[in-house]
Amino acid sequence: MLKKSLHKRANQLSQSKKQLEILSNGIFANGELPTFKDKIAETNQFPLRPNKTEILQINVGYMCNQVCSHCHVDAGPDRKEIMTKETMQQCLDIIKNTGAHTLDLTGGAPEMNPNFRWFVEEASKIGVEDFIVRSNLTIIEANKKYNDLPDFFKKHNIHVISSMPHWTKEKTDKQRGQGVFNKSIEALKKLNAVGYGMPNSNLKLDLVYNPAGAFLPTNQASMEKDFKKALIDDFGIQFHNLFAITNLPISRFLEYLIASENYEDYMYSLVEAFNPSAVKNVMCTNTISISWDGWLYDCDFNQMLDLKVDSKVKHVSEYNEDILNNRDIIISQHCYGCTAGAGSSCQGTVV
Amino acid sequence: MEKTYYDPADLKKFPKITEWSEELGEKFFDYYGKVFEEGALTAREKSLIALAVSHVVKCPYCIDAYTKDGLQRGITKEEMMEAVHAGAAIESGATLVHGVQMMKKYDKLSM
Repeated sequence: MLKKSLHKRANQLSQSKKQLEILSNGIFANGELPTFKDKIAETNQFPLRPNKTEILQINVGYMCNQVCSHCHVDAGPDRKEIMTKETMQQCLDIIKNTGAHTLDLTGGAPEMNPNFRWFVEEASKIGVEDFIVRSNLTIIEANKKYNDLPDFFKKHNIHVISSMPHWTKEKTDKQRGQGVFNKSIEALKKLNAVGYGMPNSNLKLDLVYNPAGAFLPTNQASMEKDFKKALIDDFGIQFHNLFAITNLPISRFLEYLIASENYEDYMYSLVEAFNPSAVKNVMCTNTISISWDGWLYDCDFNQMLDLKVDSKVKHVSEYNEDILNNRDIIISQHCYGCTAGAGSSCQGTVV
Repeated sequence: MEKTYYDPADLKKFPKITEWSEELGEKFFDYYGKVFEEGALTAREKSLIALAVSHVVKCPYCIDAYTKDGLQRGITKEEMMEAVHAGAAIESGATLVHGVQMMKKYDKLSM
């Protein structure tokens, strides 16, 4: 079981440059598999360009109470990168003027940012159509000071999206850490108790399914059916939608793929499952990702690979949606993760 | 490299059989794809049947493929092992039911 981030372990994969090197060498350098650029060029989709910005995804810090083995953020208790109140204020200024309808807070565990509640209160005053917080569930149980989060979320009509890799304890704990399953179940019950996830409730509770291993997710609708049945039968828990998200071969998931000798087969699976119609709906076409220190990225994955937007505007302090929308999206082989099968995004499948 | 009859990398080359017999290859893969579509049986149920049969026909490629397919579908390891036992029970039953033939022959030949 992982206890420390790649960063803390000073693992070479904590360097984005090293990850990008791995993703461009080997089977992609020797022509065994086509690069993502060549692949999308086959259907005239290169360069990849954004449409209207619909989602602002803000990463308020990499600190987390969990050390999940597949985490693309390399988050954990040992990560100290936390968004300051000043940067949050800059984000609020953007939220006031953006054309985006969705605000999506992520981390780490976003709730661990000391100014998280202030930020949520201020942002909800502005009025956002869909205000998402990606909560890992266990944070609600982690410490007394977080126990009232379900009520806090409810007060601000937050749309809660939480990770749940499987409806069995064994698989969940293997990916996310010992004891995570039981705590998640308790947290879900508390969310249900205040109205989250209940049929016809406006308090949206969605779950995210990431495969716990070197394989791709299957049909989202059939997974949702299985999850719903298991969670209601075993625990009386309800939720709204299940988002099936493919693990991208970066950071700790890349470490796992290499260590378990699954890297090449996994990349083959992604390339074989490439779906050209998923390309036009990938999330980088409608999302701007903002890091804890205010830099702008095409997506959360590019943020972790330190691939800043290819635009004159690169930071929240100079944010301008019109200029930003006139950019080419930066791609590498990790992008195959978002175009496999029915596609994958922070909102689940895209086809 | 060690020489073996089975190479896990060959599974990826399976579609190449069409190159030497296009019509039959294509017909086979069309049929194969159709069989595993959702029908009166769910794709999940068919995946478990395929896993059981993979063991009975002792096809290492099929075992790799349908273990992965099962994982993707969220099939648990308990379900997978039960499916393998179902296959094994039929296979051993098929051996043992021939015991009746042996018994009949034995009795016929004996005074």
